[in-house]
Amino acid sequence: MGARRVAVLGVGNLLLGDEGVGVRCVERLERDHTLPGGIACLDGGTSTHELLADLEDLDLLIIVDALESGAAPGSLLRLEGAAIPSAFSNKLSPHQHGINDLLATLKLLGRAPEHVVLLGVEPQRIGLSMELSPAVAAAMDRLCAQVVKEVLPR
Amino acid sequence: MGKRIVIDPITRIEGHLRIDCEVDGGRVTDAWASGTMWRGVEQILLGRDPRDAWAITQRFCGVCTTVHAIASVRAVENALGMSVPKNAQYIRNLMMAAHAIHDEIVHFYHLSALDWVDVTSALKADPARTAALAESLSDWPGNGKQVMAQTQTRLTNLVESGQLGIFANGYWGHPAMKLPPEVNLLAVSHYLQALDIQRKANKIVAILGSKTPHIQNVAVGGVSNPIAFNSQSVLSIERLLAVKEAIDELAAFITQVYTIDVAAVAAFYPEWTGYGKGVTNYLAAPEFPLDEKGTQFVTPGGYIPDGNLEAMKPIATFGDPLLRDNVAESVKHSWYQGGKGPLHPYQGETVAEYTDFQEKAKYSFVKSPTFAGKPAQVGPLARVLVAAAANDEPTVAHLSRILGIVESLAKIKVPLAALHSTIGRHAARAVMCARNVEILADQWQLLMANIATGDVATFEKPVFPPGEVSGFGFHEAPRGMLSHWVVIEKGIIKNYQAVVPTTWNAAPRNEKDELGPYEASLVGTPLADPERPLEVLRTIHSFDPCLACAVHLVDPRRRDIIEVRAL
Repeated sequence: MGARRVAVLGVGNLLLGDEGVGVRCVERLERDHTLPGGIACLDGGTSTHELLADLEDLDLLIIVDALESGAAPGSLLRLEGAAIPSAFSNKLSPHQHGINDLLATLKLLGRAPEHVVLLGVEPQRIGLSMELSPAVAAAMDRLCAQVVKEVLPR
Repeated sequence: MGKRIVIDPITRIEGHLRIDCEVDGGRVTDAWASGTMWRGVEQILLGRDPRDAWAITQRFCGVCTTVHAIASVRAVENALGMSVPKNAQYIRNLMMAAHAIHDEIVHFYHLSALDWVDVTSALKADPARTAALAESLSDWPGNGKQVMAQTQTRLTNLVESGQLGIFANGYWGHPAMKLPPEVNLLAVSHYLQALDIQRKANKIVAILGSKTPHIQNVAVGGVSNPIAFNSQSVLSIERLLAVKEAIDELAAFITQVYTIDVAAVAAFYPEWTGYGKGVTNYLAAPEFPLDEKGTQFVTPGGYIPDGNLEAMKPIATFGDPLLRDNVAESVKHSWYQGGKGPLHPYQGETVAEYTDFQEKAKYSFVKSPTFAGKPAQVGPLARVLVAAAANDEPTVAHLSRILGIVESLAKIKVPLAALHSTIGRHAARAVMCARNVEILADQWQLLMANIATGDVATFEKPVFPPGEVSGFGFHEAPRGMLSHWVVIEKGIIKNYQAVVPTTWNAAPRNEKDELGPYEASLVGTPLADPERPLEVLRTIHSFDPCLACAVHLVDPRRRDIIEVRAL
């Protein structure tokens, strides 16, 4: 049996305040936490195809992103498996190839992750800024702890 | 009375583009391109250290991270009148060429081929006949009967699963789809193979840039890669050999697959050399500097007015006054405060003033740039035409080869003028990709040879003068000429403007109400079914649209979410 392959992928735009929470989370994990060996922390930014190689044949993929559900700012949300939207619904701009399309591409190649978990943080402020809002900054410790909990073998 | 169609996808990733078309008698008679997201991201740079700008600007856009880093350091270096060590130029050139190849391959196969290729038709193809056709076109090893049969099985399984996944939402069965089933199956096979090949280009960027996406190794004054042959943590001989191996694999795919597929699609859609022309003023920057100051380049730059190659004016060096003095942006039709007429980027202002979509007034967040007062098209087509005007032999050789394949397949003559079209933009992109992989190999040789002389310098320290300085940096990015413009006072950024390729091409009407390139290119396009405007997408996609500044937000309220669990 090969080693368990796990990746934590933070996505979002660092220039748009809380939109960058996923990337900030990965930066924090790399700086402050010692994750078990074999767990990759990826700063996905807003890229897509560049990430394909790092996401192939994973046992577990944790995606961390801003996620707007109407809950109180800073709330953590968790989606799993089929609940993560499988494809975007229109295609005028080719660059709607977001994370969902990346997952669909991995599936087409037969190299999709065994499990996918999306950890979302409800944003307070999405706008031009390189800082997180107070509510989202305050959620960062809980978010990182949740990621660590998710990646530990059960 | 014409019919109005609006394509407004409200995209989340990169998109944010709305196209309005007036349709009469089955043809587009007028068009408006609207960027629906604010693009004033440069504001975030004001008051910051110019040496940090490149790391921030590469977050402007999710797809073109590398290009903003390059244009940014060049702008600051230009403002400071700096030289950059040769090794740094070569390393940057390698990253730029590899990034461009990645973009070109992904754009054709994964972002636009399905405008021309009907995936469901591939199910009806005969794999043996597909392989015979493929092998008649090229000796690529991935063209055999077994590969074609495997692709078809994979597609069949996908269709039978009821979830087309990545192939959902295509215009399958559209009357404008004209490829025979075998050509469709061939294209889908190469779509899959291209997913593997694109990783090789990305690997080169990762090795040299330390990380991808978001390279870590550029700096104002050079690159931060130390060169040494005896250490693992720096640019070692092993890493350079891995780069060379990836270059060779890319070259094989580009020569034997990509360029031939583009020619084959063009041969089956010859009428598309007659659509999508639009604005024929072309602007391209020179690229791949060979010396410290940026006075000699591998590919030529220039401006072509009215499609007249003989009237081409060269842009020859970093800081070239022809470029510096002729760019201005109008906000007459853009959602920004204006009233001052077109402004040069050093004086550029980006203060939002949103109204609704008002086709006779303001209707886009994209500004309208002009060169010498005229709208201009940028991108691989501009670059190929400038190269043709400058008699750049290597580029012209690739162009002749691709046009020759089209001519022999379609049994028609294809004049140079056919390039002013939707399909011409795809052909030009393939030409540049073939050229870029050659340049990649050449730059690798130059780097190795320069290191062999004992020169391992990669960085020169920038020095900021006490007063105000300004500069601009250009980069001929995959989507066309990108320029960053910076004003620095006492070592701090006072103004910063990025004029991105899509700003040129997706521009709304300008100060004189002339149509931007997207808009003009759509006029005259026939629509078989206005409810399913595939033809509009073909032309817009041929520009490789990318509205810089990405938002990336999953919104579960708009979807059928099975389980949302608060923690």
